[in-house]
Amino acid sequence: MSKILMKGNEAIGAAAIQAGCRYFFGYPITPQSELPEYMARELPKVGGVYLQAESEVAAINMVYGAAGSGARVMTSSSSPGMSLKQEGISYIAGAELPCLIVNIMRGGPGLGSIQPSQTDYFQATRGGGNGDYRLVVYAPSDVQEMVDLIIEGFDVADQYRNPVMIAGDGMIGQMMEPVEFKTPVRRELAEKDWATTGTNGERERNIINSLYINPEDLEQHNIRLQAKYDLIKQNEVKVESYNIEDAELVIAAYGTTARIAKTAIAKLEEEGYKIGLIRPITLWPYPYDEFKKINPNCKAVLTAEMNTGQMIDDVKIAVEGKYPVHFYGRTGGMSPTPEEFIENIKKILGGEK
Amino acid sequence: MLEDKRIRVIIGHYGSGKSEFSVNYAVRLAEMGRKVALADLDVVNMYFRSREKAKELEGLGIKVIGSQVNTPAIEVPSISAEVYAPLQDSSYDLILDVGGDQVGARALGRYVDYFVDGKYDMFFILNANRAETQTVDKVLEYMKKIEDVSRAKVTGLVNNTHLLKATTVEDILRGQKLALEVEEKTGIELKYVSALESIIPELPSDLKGEILPIKLFLRDEWML
Repeated sequence: MSKILMKGNEAIGAAAIQAGCRYFFGYPITPQSELPEYMARELPKVGGVYLQAESEVAAINMVYGAAGSGARVMTSSSSPGMSLKQEGISYIAGAELPCLIVNIMRGGPGLGSIQPSQTDYFQATRGGGNGDYRLVVYAPSDVQEMVDLIIEGFDVADQYRNPVMIAGDGMIGQMMEPVEFKTPVRRELAEKDWATTGTNGERERNIINSLYINPEDLEQHNIRLQAKYDLIKQNEVKVESYNIEDAELVIAAYGTTARIAKTAIAKLEEEGYKIGLIRPITLWPYPYDEFKKINPNCKAVLTAEMNTGQMIDDVKIAVEGKYPVHFYGRTGGMSPTPEEFIENIKKILGGEK
Repeated sequence: MLEDKRIRVIIGHYGSGKSEFSVNYAVRLAEMGRKVALADLDVVNMYFRSREKAKELEGLGIKVIGSQVNTPAIEVPSISAEVYAPLQDSSYDLILDVGGDQVGARALGRYVDYFVDGKYDMFFILNANRAETQTVDKVLEYMKKIEDVSRAKVTGLVNNTHLLKATTVEDILRGQKLALEVEEKTGIELKYVSALESIIPELPSDLKGEILPIKLFLRDEWML
């Protein structure tokens, strides 16, 4: 199929349906409302169900129920709505259920703004809900990559029985870009023999639950969860890097910010600067090892985000004190420009060449 | 372009390129010495609206009207009453940049008294690379829905088929074919072909419709 032009939010819906998602529970919020609109229009055509819940809290619990019965299911929201879903996400992670959660981030805290941001990095990677749980978090930087990650993300969720999050910013949700729907490579997945599909009197009941009355049992459950997270860390890290082996400065950035950084890098190259880029595609598991490949003579790492400095904690963990770590960010719904990157980088490197 | 009616209403499927067309059309008219007003009536989308470029356009002598609440990110469906000035003042050439689909076109309802036959043009922006407007039937469906809501008639078609900065001549020709099929079926004339300035020299010289060169005002340099 040839390329067509799609808005990020529409492309999410199209990708999910192609991945076999047939259930969507959500509640509208800018800047992701085109996604529920798309699902409301398109899911009934393929025998699926779109349901606008009475709130985000209800929506995530509908996802919990549908996932428990073995369905491919998703929800989406934007930052304040995602905060409301945190309790349900913790339950879903605790009950080990697969689902896809999309957060098209906007400015915060609180009701914030409707313009793009990346201010939910902590919430996505550190757990906005209670308990020792993890989400696999993807941060696509263009609409095509978002489509590909959604299709793979549903498989990853099923494979590990764990919620997967797509963390995009408002820009990627609202932006029009060319997209191609290729025949996706699908993973070998086990039967969902744990799902509550009815016993027909022929097997033991399956129970979906995150409550453990006995602390010994809950400890064992947590040990098992951690073993699963270790496996995800081994297998599922995704990262793009550019020119880090001989860079004098490396930018660490994800999503839309990484694209703006790339434009800055290309301009700086024309002036003789060697600037590298590490772009985490998975925010969790984080690509810590990639930072070990940075040129030992690199002068600094610059973390750039559309927030006031959240991923910078992971960058500091990753560089193990070997390089000074700087930060540049815009927030409140403002996006950085390539010129701002260039100015900051020149300042860090000590002026013009 | 100078022969188009004084009031031009720009409609279409969302994402078809209405705002870029509107802005470029307005700039062109202003360059021809006309007194131009551009009213951004989009109350559906909050991103990539023509009012974001108000400062740049005002520098070119174009009056830009958006919401009366002066912030680009406001999430209330309010349009400034100032729109009535260029609607009534016939010294203005007015472009109404309407929100996408029939939902966006609803904002036109309050101006229906000004849509008198022969006094306005309503241009349907067609992008054959948008998933929802790739066949004649789908285009007609969108056109009808928008006409019904706006209570106005489409008077011209615009082939604005593109893939942003990756647009090829083939894209434009595919859109041209579709637009001509729509023209044949409806009798509505294909009036414009809009294309990136860089592609225009490669286009066949016998294309139906006036060519409007497009400069991307709403896309930042780092965008595709």
